[in-house]
Amino acid sequence: MVSLLVNGKKKDVTLDPSTPLLWVLRDHLGLIGTKFGCGIAQCGACTVHVDGVARRSCVTPVSEVADKSITTIEGLSADGSHPVQRAWAELDVVQCGYCQSGQIMSAAALLAATPNPSDADIDTALNGNICRCGTYQRVRAAVHRAAKLNKVD
Amino acid sequence: MEILPNLSRRDFIKTSALVAGGLVIAFVVPGVRRFALAAPPAANKLPAPNAFLRVGNDGVITVLLAHSEMGQGVWTALPMLIAEELDADWSKIKVEHAPASTLYAHTAYGMQMTGGSSSTWSEFDRYRQIGALARTLLVQAAAQRFGVDAAACRTENGKVIAGAQHASYGELAELAATLPVPENVTLKNPKDWKIIGKPTKRLDTPEKITGRAQFGIDVQFPGLLTAVVARAPVFGAKVKAFDARKANLVPGVVNVVQVPSGVAVIAEHFWAAKLGRDALQIEWEQPANAPVDSVTLREQYHKLAETPGTAAAQTGDAISALKTASKILDVEYAVPYLAHAPMEPLNCTVRVSTDKCEIWTGTQFQGMDQQIAAQLTGFKPEQVEIHTTFLGGGFGRRANPAADFVTEAVQVAQAAKAAVKTVWSREDDIHGGYYRPAYLHRARIRMGANGKPVAWHHTIVGQSIVAGTVLEGMLVKNGIDATSVEGVADSPYIKSVADHRVDLHSPKNSVPVLWWRSVGHSHTAFVMETLIDELAHVAGKDPVAYRRDFLKKHPRHLGVLNLVAKKSGWGTSLPAGRARGVAVHESFGSFVAEVAEVSVEKGQIRVHRVVCAIDCGVAVNPETIVAQMESGIAFGLSAGLFSALHFKDGRVQEANFNDYRVLRLNEMPKVEVHIVASSAKSGGVGEVGVPPIAPAVANAVAALTGKRLRELPLTLPS
Repeated sequence: MVSLLVNGKKKDVTLDPSTPLLWVLRDHLGLIGTKFGCGIAQCGACTVHVDGVARRSCVTPVSEVADKSITTIEGLSADGSHPVQRAWAELDVVQCGYCQSGQIMSAAALLAATPNPSDADIDTALNGNICRCGTYQRVRAAVHRAAKLNKVD
Repeated sequence: MEILPNLSRRDFIKTSALVAGGLVIAFVVPGVRRFALAAPPAANKLPAPNAFLRVGNDGVITVLLAHSEMGQGVWTALPMLIAEELDADWSKIKVEHAPASTLYAHTAYGMQMTGGSSSTWSEFDRYRQIGALARTLLVQAAAQRFGVDAAACRTENGKVIAGAQHASYGELAELAATLPVPENVTLKNPKDWKIIGKPTKRLDTPEKITGRAQFGIDVQFPGLLTAVVARAPVFGAKVKAFDARKANLVPGVVNVVQVPSGVAVIAEHFWAAKLGRDALQIEWEQPANAPVDSVTLREQYHKLAETPGTAAAQTGDAISALKTASKILDVEYAVPYLAHAPMEPLNCTVRVSTDKCEIWTGTQFQGMDQQIAAQLTGFKPEQVEIHTTFLGGGFGRRANPAADFVTEAVQVAQAAKAAVKTVWSREDDIHGGYYRPAYLHRARIRMGANGKPVAWHHTIVGQSIVAGTVLEGMLVKNGIDATSVEGVADSPYIKSVADHRVDLHSPKNSVPVLWWRSVGHSHTAFVMETLIDELAHVAGKDPVAYRRDFLKKHPRHLGVLNLVAKKSGWGTSLPAGRARGVAVHESFGSFVAEVAEVSVEKGQIRVHRVVCAIDCGVAVNPETIVAQMESGIAFGLSAGLFSALHFKDGRVQEANFNDYRVLRLNEMPKVEVHIVASSAKSGGVGEVGVPPIAPAVANAVAALTGKRLRELPLTLPS
C-alpha cells in the first residue's frame, strides 16, 4: 500500500509501487485532468506538482512521491480562478485542450518560483510541454499576463 | 432578406413538444425521414437529442454539433450561427456533440463527419436556418400570449418584446413547441449581424483549463476494462502464435485475446495492460511483399518520375517543348511519411450489449464508424450509439474510411465479452500507419525570353490516400486521385504556361496512408511556391512582384499577397543575418499568404516572425481564424523543420516525440495574422494556414544562404 497526499487529501492505494503516478491519478483516483501523451517525459501533458515543483507523472514511480504533497490540475483552484487559469481564459489560449492541463501546471510552477519570468525563463520552463495545436504564442503571452494578475491578487 | 426555398416543405422540419425540455428542433433530412420518424422522443422524458437545438424552460439554449470539436473552434463558431438568427442571450448557450445519426449528415458530403476544413461553410445556412426557425416559433408564441400580431414583436438577447410586454425564450419554449412549423423563414441581412463577424471567445475554455473536459481517453464507468494491443511490427504481418502465460501473471490483467490486428491484453487499468503486453511473446508471420525501406522507396519513386504517368492536367505539348530546349530547370523534390501525432493518443471505448453497441471516442468520422461498427456487430446502424467526446487533436487521423481504431476496439470488446477501452501508446500511434504519404515531385521547366516559364512538365509520385477505400469511386477520376495533385494541377502558375503537363504516378505498397492536415496541399504548396520563387530568382525579379504578374486574374490571391507584403515590410531592410521569404496558396476555398523571417544559427534554421494574411470569405469568428492561422503555422513548421518517418526492413524507425520531432515553444515564431474583409462565401480555416509556411521558410533560407532546399524537413547541408 502507498499513502499519497493529493490535492490536500490523503489517499491510500494498493498497487505495484513502481506504477507511474500518472496512472495512479487517472485509473485509481479518477483524476483524469492529468493527461497521457508520450509516457517518456517528452511532452509534458502529465505535468503535476510534487511539493510545488513541476514533475512528469508518467515517469514518476508512485513510491517516490509517497508522503509528498501532490497537486493536479483539479487541485490548482476550486473554480478555475488561479491566475494562470484566468490568464488562459482571457487570452483564449486553448484549442483541442488536451495538453493544457500540463501547460498550466508547468506555468503555475514557474510563476511560483519566478514571479516575473522573462521569455527565456518561459522557454526553459515550458519547452517540455508539446502542443500540436500550436498554442505556444498564446501560452507565452498568458504566462506574462498571469504574472501581472498575480501581483494584483 | 433571404428566403430559403428548401424550408418551404413542411415535412422538412419537425418540432416536438416535450414535457421537460421545451422547444426542440430537428431537421428531417429528405430520404431518411423514415428513420427520423421511427424514433420520436418519448413523452415524459428528455428526448434522445436527435435535434440541433433545444430551448429549455430555464432559457438555456442547447446547440447540438453535427461536427466534432478538435481544437478548430466549431464549439463556438456553429453556435454563433444559431445565436445570430435566434437573437439568443450568448451567456445561455450550451453545446453538446450530436449523436451519430443520418440527421447530422454533412450538408455537402452526405455523411456525418468533420474534415476538409468544411464545418463552418457547410453549416452556414443550416445552422442559421435553425436559429431563424426557432426565433419564428418563439415570436409566434409570444404574439399569442401577448394578444398582438407577430409583426408587432421584436427579439433581443433571449427575449421577445412587444411594446411594454416581454417574455424570455424559456417562458415561451413550451408554447412554441406546440405551434405549427412555418413554411419558410427569412434570414437576416448581413448588415444586421451582431454575432457573426465579432471576435468571440471559445465556449469550451472553462472545462479545458480546469481538467474537466472529457476526452475519449477519460471515459470511465464501473466495470470498464482497459486494453492495449500488440500490433504487427511490419504492416501486413499476422499473428502466427503467441504465448500469454507471463502476461496473464501480471496483477490486474484479466484476459488476453487475439484480434485481427494483433493480440490484446485486457486489464483493470492501463498500466497493468501495458505491462502485460510487454510480457507477451508473439511470433509474427511475415507478409509476402518486400519490406518497405525508405532508401529503396526513394530510388523507386525517382525512377518512376522519369517515366510518363497519368495526365492530371495538360495543355499544348510540354514534352516536345522541353525536348528542343537547350536550358531547362530540372529539379526533384521530396517529402517524407508523416504521423499526425495528435496529443491525445488514439483510443476508443466499446460496450456491446444484446440490443446495441455503444461507442465513446473522439472521432471525425461518425458516419463511417457507425456503419462499420454495425457490420461488425450485426446491428442496424441506429443501434450503434456513438458518444463523441472532445478530440485531443485530429488533423485527419481520426477521420479514417477504414475506421481502424474503432474497428479494433469493437473487435476487442467482442472478443473479451466485456466493456473495454482500447488505448494506444505514443509508440503505437507513431508505428500505427495511416500516415501522410511520402511524395516525390520532378519539375522540368523552360524559361522564355520574358523571364516567364513557357514549358512546364511536372510529375508527382506518391501513394493515393483513397485507393482501396470506399471513397475511391468519389475521389479518383480517370485514374487521378485529386488529393495527390491538388495545388499543382490547378495552380495559376502552371495554368498560365502554354505548354504544360502534370503527371501522376500512384504506386502501391503496404504502408497505410491517410489525409493529414491540408492533405495534398501539404506537399504541393511547398513545391509550387519554392519553384515559383526560384523562377523569380532566375528571372532576376522580386519574388512578390514576380508572383503578382501571374496572379493578375486571381484577385483573392493578389489581395492576400499584397496585404502580407505590406504588413511584413516586404522590401525593407532587416538586420544582418536575417531574410524574408514569401508564399501564397489557395486551399479549401480560402487564400493565405505568409512571409517568414528567418536566420541560420549554428546550421539550424530559426524562424523569428511570420506575417499571415487570409481571405476566407465571410469571417464568422475572427478570434478562431487568428488562432487557426497560428495553429496551422506551428503545425506546418513541425513538418517543415523537424518531422519525418523512416522505414528500414519494413519498420518505422521513429517511436515517440524524442525522435519524431515536433515544434516546441522556444521554436515558435511571433505570428501576426491579418484577415481580409470579405463578403464572399466562407472558405475553410482549419487547414489553410499550413501549406504556405514551409515554402515561405525555404524561400527565406534561399534568400539568406543562396541554397534551394528541395526536401522536407528543411535541412541545411553541414
